[in-house]
Amino acid sequence: MAVEVRSPTILRNYTGGAKAVDGSGDTLAEVIDSVESDHPGIKDRLIEEGDLRRFINVYVNDEDVRFIGGLTAAVGDGDSVVILPAVAGG
Amino acid sequence: MLYSSLLDSVGGTPLVGLPTLSPSADVRLWAKLEDQNPTGSIKDRAASRMLLEAEKDGRLTPGCTILEPTSGNTGISLAMVAKLRGYRMVCVMPENTSVERRQLLAMWGAEIIDSPAAGGSNEAVRVAKGIAEEHPDWVMLYQYGNPANALAHYDGTGPEILADLPTVTHVVAGLGTTGTLMGIGRFFREAKPDVRIIAAEPRYGELVYGLRNLDEGFVPELYDETLIDARFSVGPRDAVRRTRELLESEGIFAGISTGAILHAALAQAAKCVKAEQPADIAFVVCDGGWKYLSTGAYEGSLDEAEERLEGQLWA
Repeated sequence: MAVEVRSPTILRNYTGGAKAVDGSGDTLAEVIDSVESDHPGIKDRLIEEGDLRRFINVYVNDEDVRFIGGLTAAVGDGDSVVILPAVAGG
Repeated sequence: MLYSSLLDSVGGTPLVGLPTLSPSADVRLWAKLEDQNPTGSIKDRAASRMLLEAEKDGRLTPGCTILEPTSGNTGISLAMVAKLRGYRMVCVMPENTSVERRQLLAMWGAEIIDSPAAGGSNEAVRVAKGIAEEHPDWVMLYQYGNPANALAHYDGTGPEILADLPTVTHVVAGLGTTGTLMGIGRFFREAKPDVRIIAAEPRYGELVYGLRNLDEGFVPELYDETLIDARFSVGPRDAVRRTRELLESEGIFAGISTGAILHAALAQAAKCVKAEQPADIAFVVCDGGWKYLSTGAYEGSLDEAEERLEGQLWA
């Protein structure tokens, strides 16, 4: 399954400066693994001890993955995956 | 309705049906008009509660200076309450916020310290914490971690929605300090646990996420993800489109963050229609559109509006 993965500015040193990279997989974990194989090092910035890092938010089709299974969240062909650092609102 | 003072009139806002935007007679949308609070936003609830609690527990004493990092609405509400109760108010605000917010803050007598645009509210929080260290006698109510923020909604907003709409099935609100949703969520978990609590958070331009490193990320101390059931990120284009739809179809002139919330509420409504599941979906209108006229969100094409909002803290 091909998906677009959008990277925040702070992680673009891993993507060669690209705002978005291609990934594949049926779950978020698989998509991250596929991105890691093309852009080594990025996975460690996203995942810590088998879970998403506290200050990393990931959205599949704009929905926060923490409410749809986390790393096991289903990803389908053409879905968009957006990675953002957690920042303050309010 | 009679109140002994302006502060006593905070809350008790109308919940109005949306006959045009509701998809069917079985799946209905309801807007909680928080713009009808004294300074025109939902933040009057949290600000007045935080300030009054701090007076009660003795943190605030006559003549105190209050310091708060805020992108606008909380500062405006605090400035109003501070003026009435006799405190000096200092706000730390990102420089990429609308001019109207600055004018309103000044009008209620608040002093503004600018924080850099890059990093958004994160930077405002960081700068405010630094100033608080330099001025140990100043009182930072700190909306991101102050339980009175959530309590205002646990005691007020949540119960008001349930009293007005006992058939409520979903509540949708914005996620910034998380105070609104933490209070509403905790109330419904206890009072009517089958009500689904849905968060809509604004997705800003890249400038706002321009942290130097990931350790500078920020999750409000108040946030407890078990109190919500879903969380959606909504960009400026969808937010503006829905803000305009709300005005066009229902006559409600709301701020841009309300458009983001309506976007999530309409997505939920569509899911309920598809599942043939009756629903009464209440959502929060955080504020009116007045403070955002200068952003250009209400004129021209969506492309133009989106471009103008790039890099701004529009929610």
